[in-house]
Amino acid sequence: MSAATSTGRPTKADEPVTGPHGGQTLETETLPGPLVRPYGDTTGDGMVQVSFTLPLPHDKRAEAAAVRLAQAMGMDPALLVHAKAVGPDFTFFILYGSVRHLVDLREIEVAEREYELLSAKEVNQAIRKHLRRKLVVVGACIGTDAHTVGIDAILNIKGFAGEKGLEYYREMSVHNLGAQVLIPDLVESAKELKADAVLISQVVTQRDAHIHNTTAMSAAFREAFPEGQVPHLIVGGPRFEEGSAAALGVDRVFGRGTTPAEVASYLVHALVHAPERAPDHAPERARDRARSAGRGRTARGRTAGSKGKK
Amino acid sequence: MRRARTLARQAGRPVVDLARNHSTVSVERATLRLAGLSGADHENVPWVNHLVDAVRADVGLEHGVTMPVWDALERGVASDLLTLAQKAAAGGVGFRIPQKGAATTVRRRSRSAVARGIRTIDAQRRNRERLIARHGNPPRTPWIYLIVATGDILEDIPQAQAAAREGADVIAVIRSTGQSLLDFVPEGATREGYAGTYATQENFRLMRAALDETSKELGRYIRLTNYASGLCMPEIAALAGLERLDMMLNDSMYGILFRDINPIRTFVDQRFSRQVHARAGIIINTGEDNYLTTADAVEAAHTVTVSQLLNEYFAKEAGLEDWQLGLGHAFEIDPSLKDSFRLELAHALLARQLFPDAPLKWMPPTKHMTGDIFRGYLLDGFFNLVGAMTGQGILLVGMMTEAVVTPWLSDRDLALQNVRYVMDAAGGLVEDFHPPRDGLVQTRARQVLHEAVNLLEQIVSHRDSSGHPPLLAAIADGTFGAMKRPPEKGKGLDGVFRKAPGYDNPAIELLETGATR
Repeated sequence: MSAATSTGRPTKADEPVTGPHGGQTLETETLPGPLVRPYGDTTGDGMVQVSFTLPLPHDKRAEAAAVRLAQAMGMDPALLVHAKAVGPDFTFFILYGSVRHLVDLREIEVAEREYELLSAKEVNQAIRKHLRRKLVVVGACIGTDAHTVGIDAILNIKGFAGEKGLEYYREMSVHNLGAQVLIPDLVESAKELKADAVLISQVVTQRDAHIHNTTAMSAAFREAFPEGQVPHLIVGGPRFEEGSAAALGVDRVFGRGTTPAEVASYLVHALVHAPERAPDHAPERARDRARSAGRGRTARGRTAGSKGKK
Repeated sequence: MRRARTLARQAGRPVVDLARNHSTVSVERATLRLAGLSGADHENVPWVNHLVDAVRADVGLEHGVTMPVWDALERGVASDLLTLAQKAAAGGVGFRIPQKGAATTVRRRSRSAVARGIRTIDAQRRNRERLIARHGNPPRTPWIYLIVATGDILEDIPQAQAAAREGADVIAVIRSTGQSLLDFVPEGATREGYAGTYATQENFRLMRAALDETSKELGRYIRLTNYASGLCMPEIAALAGLERLDMMLNDSMYGILFRDINPIRTFVDQRFSRQVHARAGIIINTGEDNYLTTADAVEAAHTVTVSQLLNEYFAKEAGLEDWQLGLGHAFEIDPSLKDSFRLELAHALLARQLFPDAPLKWMPPTKHMTGDIFRGYLLDGFFNLVGAMTGQGILLVGMMTEAVVTPWLSDRDLALQNVRYVMDAAGGLVEDFHPPRDGLVQTRARQVLHEAVNLLEQIVSHRDSSGHPPLLAAIADGTFGAMKRPPEKGKGLDGVFRKAPGYDNPAIELLETGATR
């Protein structure tokens, strides 16, 4: 869910607040409250499924070990529904069971989209009106990463999920440098093209390559540009943690499912409107909304929760 | 169909002429590798790089690296190739281009050295044939192709062996993503790679030896695959031949379009590497799946066909036979599109009908794998079904955890169960599946072929101001995958040079004539 909210589709962002029931048919005490647990087929049943492999030959002992592991994960009772040998030394298991854990929605903070979602026309208008020149965007896959799917989806005119990429926006000048671009070359190109924003995509996460590449990239930019003139640095990829922008030294992180329109709208927010805007209130607003949603259901939520083991 | 092939030939031939007139540092290094030069200095710079660079700095490579090198050996500068490379690296060797009588002797010597490498490749091919005769081919087609990619060769080996025991017929060791842009081949057994394992001669040897053991254990010859792509395509091809790899990924335009490697470098390297593959009895796998992951799979369907036709032309020109052409295509149509399965069938059937004797390589969905592993498992089942119904030769097994994690042991096991179920339940459908001429499948196939012919016509009539071959001009204009790759740009351009009159390369001679001495 966190990935979905980071990409900021309003309907999805609201889901965790209303819970899996979606708010219908909830006239009785079953309305989800601030305390939630998984839903199998009955409110409060806490049912989950897990699957995993143990490095054991398939026998009674391995099955007992699987159940024991599930119990340690909070599943009680844990029901072993499938066990299959994978070669002589491994066994694959599927288990169902009820978890005793509860989630208190009051403790959850959701970063909501801090910018308004604009149409292509609005984006172009905003750039034309306020920036009075083209907004220059440079994109690349850096380091060893050769997966251009992400950057291409955002930049190429072809786009993603039915939305045209940034190349489609008349008021943007987009330069997609492609895969395996060396960081010095990226910095050089950004300078040469006078980039307003630099988008990099990182898909490969083996040995935390995405983190290393990103921090190396941001450090290189901060070294190469005088303070205050560093292009807006944006990194995207399916495995970045929300809220890790500061740690990575970039201005914004985009996660799985981000669409070109979101990036375009964000760029307008950050680079075109930013100077004339008061500091951002959006995250606070989101928190308030989560709280009030929680408060409204407190009583009934407790009832549901108290049915549990604790 | 005939028209499509004629056009592919027209588009390809000027590029082949260009490739004949040029050589690259990697072709020259591959030649030295065939002559037995291997290893690297303490900083892991291979001796072939040292020697080629030294010759280039001294007398240039326009006459080929072998002339100045064997001239130096003939003059007694060093007792053997390795010593010469070491001396050259230290900067103590002066090279020259031998003339007349001396040149004849030098040519004979270098040819005899390179021929030893070629004979090793020939011997490895015979070994493969012998092992296949002993252990047997997979009992059915498509052959099941599985990927291993841990980054650590010692971890790859047990994984590959386990995959073979679970039913894989072909093991592909994915390369570290950085490797295609390295202008040297790393040395030794490597344990550090990103999203894959470095292709090195020692890694090839270790994995092939392990799979030979497993082949014996299973009574089925397990094939090994790696990648002849990137800047060192010719060298990797040579190493693959020497170490008896069985399949190599080798696409005529992939490096240009998706790695921004200079087009001329790519076509020169590609031709040499394919000549080696032809000699070594290696099946090439082409990378048409990439066109579909970067563009819409319905709109771009004909670009796959065009690429297959060009790949076929370049492959046959380099001496490969039909059974060695693992032409690629992939199941990448948006599953939310109505009739998406029928369209997939149409595209797969078109490839089958266009290339009836080639072992087509059928590749699974990646672009529309969303992380919903349950839906992904179903999609992979449909992918397998298309493979079964259209008689594909090589089936790359799809993972439900595509785009989520590098495959777990259990993912691979579940994926193989999926393949087995579909093949057992529906493998025979290839006999029954003859869609009617006026149905959607056949109509769509004809439409794609028609669009492919149009695109080829457009390519052949392409002109640019500097008089490049039409195909290069088309590539420069962004005809493929909307990426513009002009022939004067791209990585590895500085390693390309025009051959001088009197250029000599015994490897190319031996490969083109089929001679062994």
